Amino acid sequence: MAVIELEQVNKTYSGGNGDVHALKNVSLSVEEGEIFGVIGLSGAGKSTLVRCINLLERPESGQIRIEGREIRSLSERELRLERQNIAMIFQQFNLLMQRTVLDNVCFPLEIAGLRKKEARKQALVYLKTVGLEDKAKAYPVQLSGGQQQRVAIARALASHPRIILCDEATSALDPQTTKNILELLRKVNREYHISIVIITHEMRVITEICDRVAVLHHGKVAEIGPVEEVFTNPKTKVARRLLLIRESEALEDEITENEEQAETSHTKEHESKSLRVIEGGAHAAN
Amino acid sequence: MQLTDIMPLLQEGTVDTLRMVLISTALGYLVGLPLGVLLTITSKEGITPHPIMYRILDLIINITRSVPFLILLILIQPMTKLIVGKSYGTTATIVPLTVAASPLIARMVESSLKEVDRGVIEAAQSLGASHTTIVCKVLIPEARTSLLVGVTIALGTILGYSAMAGIIGGGGLGDIAIRYGYYRYETGVMIITVVILVLLMQILQWLGMLISGKVDRRRV
Ligand SMILES: Nc1ncnc2c1ncn2[C@@H]1O[C@H](COP(=O)(O)OP(=O)(O)OP(=O)(O)O)[C@@H](O)[C@H]1O
Ligand SMILES: [Mg+2]
Repeated sequence: MAVIELEQVNKTYSGGNGDVHALKNVSLSVEEGEIFGVIGLSGAGKSTLVRCINLLERPESGQIRIEGREIRSLSERELRLERQNIAMIFQQFNLLMQRTVLDNVCFPLEIAGLRKKEARKQALVYLKTVGLEDKAKAYPVQLSGGQQQRVAIARALASHPRIILCDEATSALDPQTTKNILELLRKVNREYHISIVIITHEMRVITEICDRVAVLHHGKVAEIGPVEEVFTNPKTKVARRLLLIRESEALEDEITENEEQAETSHTKEHESKSLRVIEGGAHAAN
Repeated sequence: MQLTDIMPLLQEGTVDTLRMVLISTALGYLVGLPLGVLLTITSKEGITPHPIMYRILDLIINITRSVPFLILLILIQPMTKLIVGKSYGTTATIVPLTVAASPLIARMVESSLKEVDRGVIEAAQSLGASHTTIVCKVLIPEARTSLLVGVTIALGTILGYSAMAGIIGGGGLGDIAIRYGYYRYETGVMIITVVILVLLMQILQWLGMLISGKVDRRRV
């Protein structure tokens, strides 16, 4: 069954210098349990698309069905309940900066009406899932970007969602941290049977974990299908262009990795790699 | 006049001034905080935009803020009399002070709440938070440092106004400065009251900054 169905969705932003038709008759569906990617160049309408799914952005026309239920006609109250089903994680993490990590994860539980004590107990379980139980009492500023995104994922999980929407969730992170976060998302997808929509402009994110992908171009779905299919046999120019970008991305990664080894620099998220480097150094010394 | 003679007077004046300032500011927040919240959420970028409501509130606040405090004191004397029973003295001065404080506070609350990151508010919306939850659990707590700086500024401004109220017999230190310093040419008394006012202002500022810094978790 499809968990998300968009049918002929149109969204226009009207601003000072003319209207922007950000989504043009977009139709697509996301199946239960799948990880669905949406890729496109900057300004293609990816964020608009994902924000329409939980109605943070209101389209002018078209249908949006979540588990078969049309949500555009819901009342404010019903929509709020529906949103508890659809969690979202963001590029900038968007944690409450004045709350501890644990209390951030408690937030959706408070919204659901749980008592503080019970909320804390449950929140701790989700923090364990993302491997951050030792940071429960820390504040977001004290965490790295990757750790903050883990907290955001724990917060998303705490609302017991059926769907998680990710808007460029890894774009502010380095390649290694990106990998870790994607692995965590896959684990979440499998263990909790949560369907995931991932918006990105990075090809590697798609190839790493997505089952199917839609290529968005100038507000239209240019291509849609299983990841291998779309990218071994791209039918449109934009898909081919994204493939090219991917190759240069891979090259870039190689270069940065080499540079890192040369400088024997290391960061927390790179522990295993830097260990290798240190070992190498020890050999050289012997 | 000997210093020992005026000591009790100054002491009483200081207590009166503090009482006026604290009560008026507290009452000012009772009115100004909800107004500031309303301004924030009904504005174009707010969580529940309402252009008409915003315009009306905006206008009322601008009008009350543009009336100079001295004029306001005199203008609302009838209202003061109605509420307190008389138009002079410490208790009576609380009325105009509150009227002056409320719009100022509303504006400061508005500007503090507008500093809260749009993304954090959206995250709360995406979790299904109601407007009340967003106001009480996101906007106000996230803006608390800035809000407390606002409290400090409000207290300081009201302290200044309270001294001005001395001109029409408003009680407190300002009253003493005018009665003794201005009408009786007791310059010494006037200087002492001014020094006390300066000290009060310093302490307020220092305390305010200390507390607002202490509650800020955005600094490591
Ligand atoms: N609030 C807004 N007001 C006016 N125009 C907007 C608004 N949000 C987006 N747009 C416009 O809509 C189009 C699609 O924007 P959108 O943010 O969905 O693109 P995107 O694919 O997410 O891009 P990026 O990869 O840069 O995040 C762009 O032309 C953008 O300028
Ligand atoms: Mg975007």
